Amino acid sequence: MALPMSADAPTDICAIVRALNAGDMRTCARLITRIERSEPNLVPLLQALYRAGGHIRIVGVTGSPGVGKSTLVSKLVAVWRKRGLRVAVLAVDPSSPYSGGAVLGDRLRMKEHSCDEGVFIRSMASRGQLGGLAKAAGDALTVLDAMHWDVIVIETVGVGQSETDIMRHASVVVLLQTPMGGDDVQAAKAGITEIGDIFVVNKSEHPEADHTVRQLEEMITLALCLHPEKTWRPPVVKTRATHGEGVADLAGHIDGCFAHLAAQPETARLQLRDRARHRVGELLHYMLEQRLRSGVGLLPENLIDSVVARASDPYALAAGLLARMD
Amino acid sequence: MNAGTGIKVIVTMIGLDGHTTGAETVSMILRDAGIEVVYLGCNQTPEMIVDAAVQEDVDIIGISSHAANYDQVIQVVNLLRAKNIGDIPVICGGNIPRSRFGSLKGSGIAEIFPPGSSSEAIVGYIVNNARKAYAAPIPEALRAS
Ligand SMILES: Nc1nc2c(ncn2[C@@H]2O[C@H](COP(=O)(O)OP(=O)(O)OP(=O)(O)O)[C@@H](O)[C@H]2O)c(=O)[nH]1
Ligand SMILES: [Mg+2]
Repeated sequence: MALPMSADAPTDICAIVRALNAGDMRTCARLITRIERSEPNLVPLLQALYRAGGHIRIVGVTGSPGVGKSTLVSKLVAVWRKRGLRVAVLAVDPSSPYSGGAVLGDRLRMKEHSCDEGVFIRSMASRGQLGGLAKAAGDALTVLDAMHWDVIVIETVGVGQSETDIMRHASVVVLLQTPMGGDDVQAAKAGITEIGDIFVVNKSEHPEADHTVRQLEEMITLALCLHPEKTWRPPVVKTRATHGEGVADLAGHIDGCFAHLAAQPETARLQLRDRARHRVGELLHYMLEQRLRSGVGLLPENLIDSVVARASDPYALAAGLLARMD
Repeated sequence: MNAGTGIKVIVTMIGLDGHTTGAETVSMILRDAGIEVVYLGCNQTPEMIVDAAVQEDVDIIGISSHAANYDQVIQVVNLLRAKNIGDIPVICGGNIPRSRFGSLKGSGIAEIFPPGSSSEAIVGYIVNNARKAYAAPIPEALRAS
């Protein structure tokens, strides 16, 4: 049943779980590849890992392309390493919509952590998934979760306005902007208080930095007026990621945000429920999609043609298909 | 589906070589063939490259070598073998004199692409020689019912 594995990679569930618990990077790396390839025989393993997991701090880092996410993550990891924490990074970059290929450039910015046993970095292509993450990200996190890292960081694709997926995977989301042009602030307006738990103004050596900070503070104040039930006021932090400036401060705010969650069990519980609900929804979606694709008889050409000819319509066909699934 | 779909490669410089243009061009050519490229840039040591190969679980490693740092390229092959992942082929591009081809290949470099090599040649080689076990399609029997 098992696919060919390299000499050192264990194949049965117990051995894999043991290897992950022991922090074996090769097993982890191979598993993430198999997840990306949607190997269906992984499901029992992922179920076991999921049930045993959920104990690790997950920090999301998001923001438009080129704002400095990877550079900042690298410096954050350095701060955590100095404190003796072990860190895993999952860095998602976009796939080309034309070829399906990708140039994954996040790792390039995290060189300082190569060959450090306490850091695992994995690049992942989004493979057409919208929302800033890859389809495989959820399961990859489940695998990383089993390795007892102290912190897991996910860097999203810089997609501007639709990075909402990250909220469903990370407990604390850091949203980056730059002071340049004000476009970022515009882009972030839509979901600014929805997505970010902490706002970062990176490239803060720019003369407009303080202005951007003020704009953000104003927006946050406004949003809190509209939502008085919110108990967390997102801090705004200035950083200069290339020089590590402001990064220790950011790490402090991340701790603060986790402490806040710990002190607000009801908020934390709602967040976890929201995440679980979203994950189930995601899987349901993939399973339906797979069914539709694999079941050749399920979507016969003549039914499609009836929609083309407008003798039927997409709503009727979709409802009919759904009704026919067990 | 593209020829390179499902293949993941590292493209990197090695040592103090700072000529990134070739490696960046190759990265884009590979991307356009459907390949996923982990681009490591410059100042990479053999240890860093092999470390990345493990964590990224790549199928082949492409090193752009303009400076005469062939020893380091061979060191990558040796480290891969020592880590039991010698099945990941290492290929080389750049301004390498033909007189060195024999000794490099003798040391385990899988293929060398001198300046002027066509995109088709590079993509074709990777598609045919990347580590196969995981790039192979999932057997039909294992697909979800
Ligand atoms: N001037 C300045 N440049 C910075 C700063 N932080 C990052 N950069 C530069 O901004 C560029 C992009 O940085 P990355 O860290 O790759 O940005 P990113 O958000 O991860 O980019 P994508 O993943 O491609 O969306 C690089 O050239 C960095 O050196 C900063 O604080 N100041
Ligand atoms: Mg990045």
